[in-house]
Amino acid sequence: MKRFFLSTVTLLALWAMANFFAMPTAAQAKTIKVGAILAETGGASFLGGPESRTISMLVDKINAAGGVNGDTIELIVKDSASSPEKAISFAKQLIEEDKVLAILGPSTSGETMAIKQICEDSKTILLSCAAAEVIVNPVARYVFKTPQKDSDAAKKIFMEMNKMGIAKIAVLADNTGFGKAGKEQLEAIAPEFHIQIVAAEVYDKAATDLSAVIAKISANKDVQAVVNWSIVPAQAILAKNIRQAGWNVPIFQSHGFGNIKYVEAAGVAAEGIIFPAGRLLVADTLPADNPQKKVLVQYRDEYEAKFKEPASTFGGHGYDAIMILVEAIKKAGSTDPEKVRNAIENLHGFVGTGGIFNFSPADHNGLDIDSFAMLTVKDGKFALYNK
Amino acid sequence: MKARKYFPIFGLALALAGVQQLTQLTGTAYYLTQMTMTAYYALLIIGLCLVMGYAGQISLGHAGFFAIGGYTSAVLTTFDLTPLLAKGNGVISILAASGLLVSRENLYGAALLSVNPWIACIAAIIVTVLIAFLIGMPVLKLKGHYLAMATLGFGIIIFRVALAIEIFGEADGISDVPGFPLLPGIIVSGDFSNRVQNYYVACMLLLIGFILLQNLIDSRVGRALRAIHGSEEAANAMGVNTSRYKLYTFVLSAVFAAIAGIFLTHYNGGIGPSEAGIMKSVRYVAIVAIGGMANLWGALVMAALLNFLSLRGMFGSYDDAVFGTILIIIMLFAPHGLLRLQLWRFFKKSSRDS
Amino acid sequence: MTSQLFFQYLFAGITYGSIYAIVAIGFNIIYNTTGIINFAQGEFVMLGGMIAISLHTLLPLPLAIGLSVIITMIIGALIEIIFIRWLKNPSVLRMIIITIGLSILIREAALHIWGEGVRSLPYFNGNEISTLRILGTNISPQVLWVIGVCSVIVALLSLFFKFTSLGQEMRACAANRLAATLCGISTKNMVTFSFMLSAGIGALAGCVVSPITYTQYDGGTPLAIKGFTVAVLGGLGNSMAAVIAGILLGIIESFSVSIVPLAFQDAISIALLLTILFVRPHGLFGSKEAAGLKEF
Repeated sequence: MKRFFLSTVTLLALWAMANFFAMPTAAQAKTIKVGAILAETGGASFLGGPESRTISMLVDKINAAGGVNGDTIELIVKDSASSPEKAISFAKQLIEEDKVLAILGPSTSGETMAIKQICEDSKTILLSCAAAEVIVNPVARYVFKTPQKDSDAAKKIFMEMNKMGIAKIAVLADNTGFGKAGKEQLEAIAPEFHIQIVAAEVYDKAATDLSAVIAKISANKDVQAVVNWSIVPAQAILAKNIRQAGWNVPIFQSHGFGNIKYVEAAGVAAEGIIFPAGRLLVADTLPADNPQKKVLVQYRDEYEAKFKEPASTFGGHGYDAIMILVEAIKKAGSTDPEKVRNAIENLHGFVGTGGIFNFSPADHNGLDIDSFAMLTVKDGKFALYNK
Repeated sequence: MKARKYFPIFGLALALAGVQQLTQLTGTAYYLTQMTMTAYYALLIIGLCLVMGYAGQISLGHAGFFAIGGYTSAVLTTFDLTPLLAKGNGVISILAASGLLVSRENLYGAALLSVNPWIACIAAIIVTVLIAFLIGMPVLKLKGHYLAMATLGFGIIIFRVALAIEIFGEADGISDVPGFPLLPGIIVSGDFSNRVQNYYVACMLLLIGFILLQNLIDSRVGRALRAIHGSEEAANAMGVNTSRYKLYTFVLSAVFAAIAGIFLTHYNGGIGPSEAGIMKSVRYVAIVAIGGMANLWGALVMAALLNFLSLRGMFGSYDDAVFGTILIIIMLFAPHGLLRLQLWRFFKKSSRDS
Repeated sequence: MTSQLFFQYLFAGITYGSIYAIVAIGFNIIYNTTGIINFAQGEFVMLGGMIAISLHTLLPLPLAIGLSVIITMIIGALIEIIFIRWLKNPSVLRMIIITIGLSILIREAALHIWGEGVRSLPYFNGNEISTLRILGTNISPQVLWVIGVCSVIVALLSLFFKFTSLGQEMRACAANRLAATLCGISTKNMVTFSFMLSAGIGALAGCVVSPITYTQYDGGTPLAIKGFTVAVLGGLGNSMAAVIAGILLGIIESFSVSIVPLAFQDAISIALLLTILFVRPHGLFGSKEAAGLKEF
């Protein structure tokens, strides 16, 4: 009797669920559906949070100003909690159910790689906010990314080292996709610049103290500089631990350091850190004729006024993703995915926060090494590095 | 009695087919994607239900077994053996000649030579069984919080290994896993065109697993397990080889988890370290608990409901918060599971016998 | 290995170890009076740090920390009163699931209150780069604060349990709940009090380690896992053993770095712990009989 009752309950529940599913999603005229899969919570929330806030802010602003070609944008944000299986589920949902024109995000390279094939098969534009170069190299037809190339960041760092006469370095990276990709690029490019990596370590993204690993690396007397490739708060801990050990080695960071909160967290230990980054962080100090200055100052001021927190380059990746899409829709004069895709691929001289984008069929990132400036930390603030 | 036992399962099968028909009719077939994923997670959870609810052993490391299955099969089916073959590696040539390897094209049109998904699947199950035995033997001697700690530790080790070793893709995990040609014409893959057949594959697996477990529970083994749960010493005194029964159920549920991992990895086309995370294991344990512990139906329904809603992103960035709230509310007000609560209200008498 | 390097590893290990030990003590206090592991213990540490950081914008540091400890203690008491006190004979597993649920809820609430960014209290003495030279190595003064606070907590707790009547009543509860009830001790109040005490200790730990580790909304769970590991390794319920086990784990972790890549640190230390558990299934210092009595 009990089992029978149970199965009836189950059946009823399933029937109710099915009914609930059957509600058709009404197609509204004159809206452009854009999906976003961002890690608003979970391990990469420090990326997904600013990205999501930036994109929502911009979409509101665009719609308030009359939309794109007269159409309003309907933004559907999905929180992937930084896990690929959720990103996959959401990508399929956005593509098939919501029939979005494009997907912005995901925030991490693991998630992007997981949904790359899905977007490619369904001919949906993907504008990833993750940095790893494998996303666009080799090029997939519908997949683009907005953060600058890791290899360019590595080159920029090595060029600086050549100037300073540094030949032997230690590489530290966090165990996220960002750290992994950066470490691979550093190891691949170092020989070109006659730089030898004499020690390499990977630390956990949730690390709370790294003094043991600093002890290990500082014991190696060959090390002339430390490159720390990371996007997590632990990179500030690392800088602190190096200085606390009384080790006055030059510290280079990656563009993942582009968040003033990390500088605040590291305090005086951050002074003198050298790292490549987009120019958003030093928007004020740029010369007035810099083509990016207007865009950067405007984005930063709007973001900071609305969310009462400092703008970071991470949010900038979100800015670039949505604005490139909007620009392409305008250029294409249509919301046909194929035409918009072609418009992105032919976009030239687009001024974003990450740099000036010049896309081509062979380059789905569109940024070159000039999109990076070398920055440093001076008196707790970012400043252009020039020596 | 015998026929009556299968009655609810038959109903479930009908319901699952009915759902598919309904989505077909209403043009909402896209729901099947997440239902398929849900079915695989549910397979793992009913396996865990056996260990926790019936054998009374907590396992906070079941995501580890899921990951072992998924990762083994993903590595074997994506690792390109062409360079090894070109170098004239003897073992690889023999494998290639015997048809155990398959050649395919990747996303960019380059040729890849990798292990046949069937072989990879069998290898993954063997690896899981071995590891489950090795871990189970010492771990299941522990009790209470010590057992929880040991299984949790096992889960952490698997997670760390997946995150630290290059062949497992570190933080990025493994992507571009090919489809799994299960039978001629049936391929386990995330392709939109294969959706309906994949839904049925997942449902079939879940039903087979369910029937297997239900028969096991009603058999001699099931009675032995309940005896262990009641009092291990008493069961031992009665001549039940408790440690052997505990170990076998542990391994069986690990295999359930591994199969779920293998199939979901093929279906998703990849796997990432988040699948091995501690919070995943905790989530599985929690779902078994709110399903009512020794209650396969409860575990199944709860697993289906909660995973489905979570995979659809129903609660946005409040997903974990909603999950936590459900957990607390059910544990506070319906400690024997939500289904039991309703039953208990209507059939006060029969609530204790199952 | 030079002696300087040896001491550097040692101090790093003691730093990790003291943090783990403070969390583990929080676990043990609640375990002793209720027989459950409170998986929200790590969240108390996070809350303590977060509240102190928010208060520090208005108040001087010692006041902010003091107030934060008190607020967290009130939260701990409220949690016990709302979620646990009124349950009749809850099974251990039920309590564990409830505390896991609470841990998730507190974490998500913190995310929506404080956002996903990192915060930290300032260093109590000096700043991020100031160091003291001890035995040929440089260590941050904050490390001494952590070790100091850990020792003071342990000392005060042993005095409290030994010499105050409240402490003795709590110990009576731990030894035998039924007998304690028969002696007129309100076991329910003891449980509430144990939640307050461990929340307070957790919050204090959260404040002291905040300059070193930073405070983030999801920082509680990893700490809870480590604290649980240490509590089990020492033998559940034994706070002194937890301190030794914590420092042992910290030292194993820091020295393991010298041999294997850092990426495997956790896997190595936990594998070692499992081995210890397989040999001594009741923890390093726990008694076999006690472990056998506790049902899950």
